[in-house]
Amino acid sequence: MSPAYILKRILLIGYTLLVVSLIVFAITQILPADAAVMMLGENATPDALAALRVKMGLNDSIWLQYLHWLAGVLHGDFGLSMRTGQPVAPAMFEALGRSLLLALFSIVLMLVLAIPLGIIAAVRRGRAVDLGVSFLSYVGVSLPEFVTATLVVLVLADWLQWLPATGYVPLTEDPLRGLRHLVLPVLTVSLILIAHVSRMVRSELVDVLHSDYIRAARLKGLSKRQVLFKHALRNALLPTITIVALDVGYLLGGVIVVEEIFALPGIGRQLIVAIQARDLPSIQAGALILATTYAVANFLADIAYAWLDRRIQYD
Amino acid sequence: MIEILKRMLRSPQGALGLVIVGLILLAVIVGPWFAPYDPEKMAPLMRYKPPSAQFWLGTDQYGRDILSRLLHGARATVVMAVIATALGTLVGAVVGTISAFLGGRSDEAIMRTVDAIMSIPSLLLALLIVNLLGKSSVNALLAIALAFAPGMARVTRSVALAVRKQDYVNAAIARGESAAYIVGREMLPNVVAPIVVEMTIRVAFAVMLFATLSFLGLGAQPPASEWGLMVAEARRFMHLSPWMILWPSLAVALVAIGFNLLGDGLRDALNPRS
Repeated sequence: MSPAYILKRILLIGYTLLVVSLIVFAITQILPADAAVMMLGENATPDALAALRVKMGLNDSIWLQYLHWLAGVLHGDFGLSMRTGQPVAPAMFEALGRSLLLALFSIVLMLVLAIPLGIIAAVRRGRAVDLGVSFLSYVGVSLPEFVTATLVVLVLADWLQWLPATGYVPLTEDPLRGLRHLVLPVLTVSLILIAHVSRMVRSELVDVLHSDYIRAARLKGLSKRQVLFKHALRNALLPTITIVALDVGYLLGGVIVVEEIFALPGIGRQLIVAIQARDLPSIQAGALILATTYAVANFLADIAYAWLDRRIQYD
Repeated sequence: MIEILKRMLRSPQGALGLVIVGLILLAVIVGPWFAPYDPEKMAPLMRYKPPSAQFWLGTDQYGRDILSRLLHGARATVVMAVIATALGTLVGAVVGTISAFLGGRSDEAIMRTVDAIMSIPSLLLALLIVNLLGKSSVNALLAIALAFAPGMARVTRSVALAVRKQDYVNAAIARGESAAYIVGREMLPNVVAPIVVEMTIRVAFAVMLFATLSFLGLGAQPPASEWGLMVAEARRFMHLSPWMILWPSLAVALVAIGFNLLGDGLRDALNPRS
């Protein structure tokens, strides 16, 4: 993995973010609504509206507005929320922190469960365990987040009354209650991830177990256990890294729904609130932050993959 | 065609997928005629009924028959998803094929841009587009189509690149055919099979996305019996009657599972390796 490759990837991230910022700005800025009217209300005087338009730069050309916005974004300034009048950036990053907490717990739970499940299914291929895991992962992949969330709430919160259905308590305030509120969202997100990743691990491992070098290792006299853990797993788990990174993107889309359902004030919920209130600066910030997270996750996965698998030579 | 169908029926996934999707299409086409009640008829005395001989799946908060609503909603949910996928596929296929045909720097530039767009999660992109166009079923459809186009462009391009190297394309270039002719008549028809597979799997995703948009209040609007919307409306009454929320959820899941199975079966049937 040459430094030139890493540099090329970093340049690509820059290009990606430029395109994303253009799209996000274009989609949000060509809204028919007049931002000044939205902020001051329908009854505002023409003078007040004109003054605000000058102040917000709404009379400038669209390119100038874009450059102005972009310059602000590069300084970490996403403008003022049209809903609350407060700066957008701190609120969004605080929300992102809560979402990342949700994502982190979900990924850890997923890794702990999905990899063993995939291994068991691959090793016991065609048996009842394999069919069971395969069936469940099929169902898991096919359920939209809102359905999974609904079923989880219905069973664990409504029927069994084990956990609170919605709400959020900061972990710093009351760790126990905070964790209890996080269980259901984490469970929902990780169920979908587990379904996806265990399927992946299984199919990769099945392929690897059929390869010549595994047979050679067996013929050499190594035990099944040694072959599995020393030879097969390493290669089978490599593609999983890429899948996990791609799932981060999926996760980011998914958290929008999951946070909305569980009333978890993360970035997804902020975005929904912003969209419903047509709060342009917040929408722009939320979309840009989510896309950046995804691009960076992909970049890190590529680097990790190339680092772990020396056979791959990127130019 | 018959051969592919036979091969599909041989694998358990393909057969099950065909059966489920067949049943769904049946519900889409003739479902409304078989609905026992008017889906929008309210009956104040018959609210929150559990499943019974009279109402097979129970009734909702207005006393409307859930089975009838599901059967009517099949069109709103499934047909919209299929059209959105087809539209997105068309746009993506054209972009991908053109990119592969042009090759070189143009190809690089187009694909990097497509990659960039793909770093916006589809649900988010769809949300932004619906936000721009306004909430309605048709706008949700357009949003999903646009959100799908980059992914389809990527798939099409990789297939088209292989086709691009074929002799008949070079022959057409040597004959001096126009770029539009080569892309439209020589290349597109030959990239169809893998695209159809990808499309089938994407229908499952489109159903989920469409239902999700409606669930968030940005797709179909009440009193439509779109399934995602039905789930959203039933959430408030979950404690009173879990049936109301269970059935439309399962309906969405069944459609997604059906198209996923069908796509996997189709892939195996079209792939000579297996």
